[in-house]
Amino acid sequence: MKRLVILSGKGGTGKTTVAGALIGLSKAKAYADCDVDAPNLHLIISQKAEPKKTDFYGMQKAEISQDICTKCGLCKVKCRFDAIKNQNGKYFVDMFSCEGCGVCETFCPVNAIELHKNIAGELFLYHGNSVFSTAKLKMGSGTSGKLVTEVKKQLSQALNDEKLAIIDGSPGIGCPVIASLSGADAVLIVAEPSVSGISDMERIIHTAKHFGVKIAVCVNKYDTNEANTKRIEKFCKQNRLPFVGKIPYDINAQKAINQGKTIAEVDCSSGDAVKKIYNEIKKIIFEN
Amino acid sequence: MKIAVPVNDNNTKTEICPSFGRTPFYMIKDTVSNAFDFIVNEAAESIGGAGIKAAQLLLDKNVEIVLTPRCGENSAKVLADASVKLYRTQGNSAMENFDLYEKGKLEPLTNIHPGFHGHGG
Amino acid sequence: MAAKIAVLSGKGGTGKTLVSVNLALAANKAVYVDCDVEEPNGHLFFKPTTIKKEDIFVKIPSIDKNLCTGCKKCVEFCKFNALAYAKELIVFDEVCHSCGGCVMICPQKALNEKDKFIGTVKTGISENVKTITGELKTGEASGVPIIKNLLNKVKDEKELVFIDCPPGSACTVMESIADADFCLLVAEPTVFGSHNLEMVYELIKVFKKPCAVVLNKTTQEKNPSEEFCIKNGIIIFQKIPFDQELGELNSNGKIAVRENYSKKSLFYDLLDKVREAVK
Repeated sequence: MKRLVILSGKGGTGKTTVAGALIGLSKAKAYADCDVDAPNLHLIISQKAEPKKTDFYGMQKAEISQDICTKCGLCKVKCRFDAIKNQNGKYFVDMFSCEGCGVCETFCPVNAIELHKNIAGELFLYHGNSVFSTAKLKMGSGTSGKLVTEVKKQLSQALNDEKLAIIDGSPGIGCPVIASLSGADAVLIVAEPSVSGISDMERIIHTAKHFGVKIAVCVNKYDTNEANTKRIEKFCKQNRLPFVGKIPYDINAQKAINQGKTIAEVDCSSGDAVKKIYNEIKKIIFEN
Repeated sequence: MKIAVPVNDNNTKTEICPSFGRTPFYMIKDTVSNAFDFIVNEAAESIGGAGIKAAQLLLDKNVEIVLTPRCGENSAKVLADASVKLYRTQGNSAMENFDLYEKGKLEPLTNIHPGFHGHGG
Repeated sequence: MAAKIAVLSGKGGTGKTLVSVNLALAANKAVYVDCDVEEPNGHLFFKPTTIKKEDIFVKIPSIDKNLCTGCKKCVEFCKFNALAYAKELIVFDEVCHSCGGCVMICPQKALNEKDKFIGTVKTGISENVKTITGELKTGEASGVPIIKNLLNKVKDEKELVFIDCPPGSACTVMESIADADFCLLVAEPTVFGSHNLEMVYELIKVFKKPCAVVLNKTTQEKNPSEEFCIKNGIIIFQKIPFDQELGELNSNGKIAVRENYSKKSLFYDLLDKVREAVK
């Protein structure tokens, strides 16, 4: 089975729009949304069945037992994350800042503090005609890399004989992106023809190269800045990266998305462009 | 001498797990008694640093040889510092690989992959 | 007027930087803080002259081998698995979360602390705007210490401060809005945008921050984000239409307000509303 990951570096370039279209065009029966901070893929690839839901446990969080606490304040002094607050004479843990390090629990002179399991997110697995794995991180949570890995693991465990799995990757360039990338056979980078978009595209390519995956690049909304689009094409040529196509800005894309459809399902210029991209990327994924 | 293999289940017919750090179990063979033991990998649930904790677990059990399909750089460092030797497994069967090792048919594992830096690789 | 305005959106690419950069310039004398430390983009528009660069460090343990007896209390303590003991103690710098617990717990006092570089904070000037940009070193786990440093620098600021926040609703976003007096939520006209607007609105409510919405890239089509605002009684301060001229300026790293963009009054009007809200 081949794994294609869609990345962009910068948010808002059209990763999910392109991923959704490719899933439709390839008729891939296995796909995942690794943007666990703000998952959106389910909005354009509707699922019939109810998903299987699994709690995701993050780092534990500390809790102070008010009836044992002597208000000595030692926990607040020792906490490096500013997670112990003192209000109205009461000491309590700020759940958003607590990193679960256990220092307060260990050093409380009266054992008033305990670390507890903390649900940091939720995994969803839709298993109907196809397998769709996604998750949502609870707000305020820290590094989501592990949850991304769980999304992929959940997908792998549910699969049988699929030829292709398409993964809508995390935005950014940090740990969740690396987690999205691991195990990929090919990466399609959706670039935005803007100064910020190019800057982030270069950073994501740098990260992807470390993984030895095949990298391909396409540009979305290319006609919003044709000069920058040319710059991206030139960059790809210089770095020997396949440039697999460009998608025009298309008001119909917005319409399609708002109707819960992928751009490949409606008759529009962006849909036509993504079909061409699919034909190109197919060759790259399945070539030896 | 103790030899460890990351495995999916705690029975002798088990298959090898592709992840060293997040395998559910380790199958450990004692070459003196020829007995097999299974330990739960407590590192599997870690948010980060699973490979490090898993390697430490094996060191605490006095494992001297590890047979695995892959290993990350953090676990590899811990194991290497303790002079534990790594060999690359062939195929899926755990049992078969203990055999292959004893017959000298396994190659040392040289391809160490970069760490996943806390995001649960 | 002293006030901190956080500009955020649940989704990336909606126009946080477009709005915060243009408002800062329109305000004439203001401070722009880039808290999107993983991918700071504001400086690409301001092209500021750097006045000061500060390296940001966190503490990680350093081992005094002479005192370490291999008791492994630190290894057992560490919730992040950043320590291991083979023939001697090993610290994994990139896994360490700098909690200091191992140093505190070592019975032999064999652990001290040393600095680990995690990123930079650059202070600069672009015309009348002071820019403060945080950048996290690639691969580092948490941008929170950098964001804390950034916000500490504007704690007693007397001018308007515009805080360009990271996308999403994770801990870095929370840290970025912690001291904000007002939050501007930027949303685009797709279900992606409204879905994520909903997410970030929840966050604002938890922190009880007063807020208003800026609808960006609006078209003649139905706008699910606008519908969300109307349904939830969230005030809309401005609608910035999708516009080729603005798009081209933005994609070339130009600040619309500075370049005499034909519809720059959109930003000045928005600024007036913001000023009114924080009075």
